[in-house]
Amino acid sequence: MKKILLVVAVVVLYVLHQDIWFWRSSYLVFGFIPIGLFYQGVFSVAASLLMWLLVTYAWPSHLEHEVEETKPREDSAR
Amino acid sequence: MIPAIVVFLYLAAVLYIGIFAFRRARGKEEAEDYFLASRSLGPFVFLFSLFGTNMTAFAILGSSGHAFNNGIVTFGLMASSSGLVIPLTIFLIGTRVWALGKKYGFMTPVQMFRDRWECSHIGTVIFVVQAVLLVPYIIIGIMGGGTTLYTISNGLVPFWFGGAIVAMVVMSYVFFGGMRGTAWVNTFQTVLFLCFGAIALIVIGVGMGGFRSAAQAIQASPMASLLTRERISPYYFFSYTFIPLSAIAFPHILIFCLTARKMAQFKKTVIFYPICILAIWLPCVFLGVMANRVTDIPEIRAKQEARRVLATQGRNMEPENRDELREQSAGDDVIMLLLHRYAPLWLAGLLGAGIMAAVMASDSQILALSTMFTEDVFAFYGGKTRFGEAVQVQTGRIFIILITLFAYAVALRAPETIFELAIQYAFSGFASLSPLLVAALFWRGSTKWGALAVTLWTAFAVVAVAVLQEVVPAPAPGPATVLWAPGGVEVLSRTPGGTAVFGFMPVVPMVIVSALLMIVVSLMTRKPAASTIARYFGGRKS
Repeated sequence: MKKILLVVAVVVLYVLHQDIWFWRSSYLVFGFIPIGLFYQGVFSVAASLLMWLLVTYAWPSHLEHEVEETKPREDSAR
Repeated sequence: MIPAIVVFLYLAAVLYIGIFAFRRARGKEEAEDYFLASRSLGPFVFLFSLFGTNMTAFAILGSSGHAFNNGIVTFGLMASSSGLVIPLTIFLIGTRVWALGKKYGFMTPVQMFRDRWECSHIGTVIFVVQAVLLVPYIIIGIMGGGTTLYTISNGLVPFWFGGAIVAMVVMSYVFFGGMRGTAWVNTFQTVLFLCFGAIALIVIGVGMGGFRSAAQAIQASPMASLLTRERISPYYFFSYTFIPLSAIAFPHILIFCLTARKMAQFKKTVIFYPICILAIWLPCVFLGVMANRVTDIPEIRAKQEARRVLATQGRNMEPENRDELREQSAGDDVIMLLLHRYAPLWLAGLLGAGIMAAVMASDSQILALSTMFTEDVFAFYGGKTRFGEAVQVQTGRIFIILITLFAYAVALRAPETIFELAIQYAFSGFASLSPLLVAALFWRGSTKWGALAVTLWTAFAVVAVAVLQEVVPAPAPGPATVLWAPGGVEVLSRTPGGTAVFGFMPVVPMVIVSALLMIVVSLMTRKPAASTIARYFGGRKS
């Protein structure tokens, strides 16, 4: 359930990036930042928060365990 | 001349860092130490150097130049989409590649593909396509260095000499320091730019009489559309979110993912990546837009005039004249012009050094090419077994010298615009290669023939777009030239900025067709041995 919610959050944020609602607005936030730029700045902060959620609740720790369990590497790459 | 002296001091510092890294690694002639810093980078260096590796001249100079002509849309187009997609791919793909590198000793993506799909020469084909797409970066880095030194020194340092200095410095610290030196230099460069970029923003703002009055003046002028996203279509904006898929497919980024000491080091990188993008791109984009309000810099006025003529009379001009005006209106140097006009000399020098840092991001590509050559070609075809690991490292170093000399020689002769275009194609090309990684890591049913189909399709598509744009000249700003519209549906168009397929950038169909080819061809061909699949997926079902 947790993972499904995180996938939904990623999709929602991707859709929110399109931001068609401020496409033609030149309104200035705080008198100098265009609203479209301000929105995308806030979006970047939201992306960082989403990454924190992913790292906290969906971290692939099994990969770390697999590496720790592996004996000295097989040289299968070559 | 003071800014140029500051830049030279910076170059000396960078060189020292590379040599310091060499002394730190003294006695070790192991490939893993030289090419991957013994997979030992800590969280701070990992975050800033990975970010710095992605920060090219295009990010700093190109973003402000694009914003100068297209407005605030540049940030959403290139920065915030990267702030979502790149950390997501590092989280999903980078961590898995790191774990496989630790388990099986991979040092390049091709090594992983060869092992995963039990292929040999198909891996070599992937290496060739990756290398060809990567070389223009190295060339443009040297060109950018020569141009920046020329501009900062007011023409006292000629282009050929500036390019030679940059090539020598980059070659030296990559040659001596390997991955450790490159990572330390990238960290130093990123921190420098983050610190002085903020100071520059304030100084230029004060010099312009405050951003509030500048923004309000633009809002009240015919240039108000620069404060909106009107100049770009929503289709184009959506298409651009596919471009950041290229980041994880770039060999230098993927190889960098192998350098972390622990997987936990990815956590801070994933979380803070969007914030780092915000901190660097937002000021660049904002300054690029605000530069339109500057009235006392003749060069900026000339750019605006060229833009105006192109928009009003471009339709009736010859393609060559349009291209000339496009070049004149390009805003890649607006940040430098603003610094020159408003910042004190010492700060202009420090910022020049910061910009130089971004321009010199080609260090990672040079090292990655060297790693790929020595591992995917030299070692794979028996060189390591025959001559030993020390010779392999020396071969990597010789390759670094040769590729730098080649890039410098080409940089002196060819026009810069060719490589700027090549880099645009490279982004789409690497994005189109990203299904290789997804299939290798997440789909047990994928096969080497699917991988070959993706690679050949990518090479074909990149060449096809390049040829089309060479043959059909770009139209004037405004409606696109429709090239193919069966039944009235606009399938293929030539736009002022490139090519459109169903109104989208070519990267969209390129990625979709790549993914489809991987699925269809893999379903039709024989899978690797069950034991190989088990090493990657264990007992899990596909």
